[in-house]
Amino acid sequence: MSSLLLHPGLALIAAAALLAVLRGRSRAAVALAAPLAALALAWRMGEGLLWHAQFLGMDLVPFAVDRLSRLFALIFTLMAFAGALYALNQARRVELPAAFLYAGSAIGVALAGDLVTVFVFWEVMAIGSTLVLWSAATPAAYRASLRYLMVHLAGGMLLFAGVAAHVLQSGSTSFTAMRPDTLANVLILAAFLVNAAAWPVSAWLPDTYPEASWSGMVFLSAFTTKTAVYVLLRGFPGAEILIVVGLAMVFYGIVYALLENDMRRILAYSIVNQVGFMITGIGIGTEMALNGAAAHAFTHILYKALLLMSAGSVLLMTGRRKCTDLGGLWRSMPLTAACGFIGALAISSFPLTSGFVSKSMITQAAGDEHLFAVWMLLGAASAGVFLHAGIKFPWFVFFQKDSGLRPPEPPWNMRLAMILVAALCIGLGVFYEPLYRLLPHAVDYVPYTAFHVVAQLQLLLFSGLAFFVMLGWLRRTLTVTLDVDWLWRVPLARAARIGARALGDTVRAAEAGAGTAWLRAGQQVRRAHGPFARTWSSGAMGIGVVAMLLALLLTYYAY
Amino acid sequence: MRVELLRLWAGFVAVLALTLVAEVFVDAHPHFEIERLYAFNAVYGFLACAGLILAARAIGLVLKRKDDYYDE
Repeated sequence: MSSLLLHPGLALIAAAALLAVLRGRSRAAVALAAPLAALALAWRMGEGLLWHAQFLGMDLVPFAVDRLSRLFALIFTLMAFAGALYALNQARRVELPAAFLYAGSAIGVALAGDLVTVFVFWEVMAIGSTLVLWSAATPAAYRASLRYLMVHLAGGMLLFAGVAAHVLQSGSTSFTAMRPDTLANVLILAAFLVNAAAWPVSAWLPDTYPEASWSGMVFLSAFTTKTAVYVLLRGFPGAEILIVVGLAMVFYGIVYALLENDMRRILAYSIVNQVGFMITGIGIGTEMALNGAAAHAFTHILYKALLLMSAGSVLLMTGRRKCTDLGGLWRSMPLTAACGFIGALAISSFPLTSGFVSKSMITQAAGDEHLFAVWMLLGAASAGVFLHAGIKFPWFVFFQKDSGLRPPEPPWNMRLAMILVAALCIGLGVFYEPLYRLLPHAVDYVPYTAFHVVAQLQLLLFSGLAFFVMLGWLRRTLTVTLDVDWLWRVPLARAARIGARALGDTVRAAEAGAGTAWLRAGQQVRRAHGPFARTWSSGAMGIGVVAMLLALLLTYYAY
Repeated sequence: MRVELLRLWAGFVAVLALTLVAEVFVDAHPHFEIERLYAFNAVYGFLACAGLILAARAIGLVLKRKDDYYDE
């Protein structure tokens, strides 16, 4: 039993259970020590297929390690530590255990050697992240979490159908590279892309993440989409469709972020944008491109966390999230502003930051493969990243006009977390060799050549010029921008309401004209089956589904 | 305030100019011929961003709503 805790993901999940009952200093100690212990486990675990198991006649490998899975286990545990440090003063006691369950199951996916284990942890991840959303405890967060859960349970069904068909057809559960050439594999790919927030099902991310608490979004940004990047790296390297999907995400993220007024929704759109770069790299599929995608996932988790820690500090200290209400905060929050600025430089891939040494590998791979159109679009997109996240976020929050707000800096643990992650963002940009050594393939690439640095500086700084020249066109307005989710939030919801009403009317009319054998039979059924024949609300059904999934997980590990 | 703003702009333009001057002294190892054009990245970055801002404007005209649009 104790050997189960050698698995970094299960160790974090066990810590989540502890955190749920502990209070005070011991809680803080576990919150910080558990991710560090998991990080050490992830560093030291041997390579190969470590655990074997039988389930319903299938061979499972719940714990398998290679370079790629170790890279993701390392960054996930590191992020769990930074997030826990940042969230120590979070008053909602559900959030941290939920975040550890969520992080632990993301690590579980990264260390899964078979598709069944992937599915199980995939579903636990959906539950953990929903609990993180719930712990914001606002009506808006609750409504958003139901939309979130609906999308992810639908994605889970796609995955279940795909995995079941794949296992039947191939006779193997093992999780290795596939081609999207059978319906089963296409379903698996579609499920992965739902979690990657690929267009057209990207709206769930900017819709729901910004409703989380000031610390909740830091966790949410790290795991779901990057786990999706991991499974795409392992499952579908070189699937050309991913180039198109990735580029669509890149430009979708930029355009929507440019129109956005909520500071954390700007950053949410930019998650879609950055994941788009990784997915494009996976679609290119060369060793250089896959290394680039993996490295970019690693660096992105850190600088996006830094940006969201900075934004979360602003949210906690001011209670405001709209750019139109903010501005001039550098006066009283210089450290938060500086850390936000470092995150902004890193996401923009400025030389000497982590984003530069990772994203440039993807662009380089496009050039090496002579994909001229892809290379040009990636260049335009890199300029656009600086525009929508690199300047827009720090400018409207910390500079712009003087909003008159003079909030103090956040508590010490939040400052410490920001300093730690900011140091990593710069450190990885300067000392990139250790990161390159962790990548799945051997690296033959030097990011810092004079030509490359000058080209990147020109591209970015002249993007900055465009921002300030066209600032009048970027003025913030009190608006949202409709997305694909409008389809199910407005017309489909309306149709469902009308349909439900019509159904109700029909049933009532039928019942009014009682006496038919049909109705009597119906009453018999209801009497015979009691509560199960009643119509339940979708909320109750959601809880039922959650309970079933948990039961599935328990039977899976209890045999 | 006005003077300060002018100074900031002057500094920014000086940095921009510096990147253009630096290009002269750098050995190019481009993937594509287009990179050999002088100041290619500067012009491309500016135009790409201008294009993206215009595209966002156009999309915003059609898809922007008041931010209480979804509130029941």
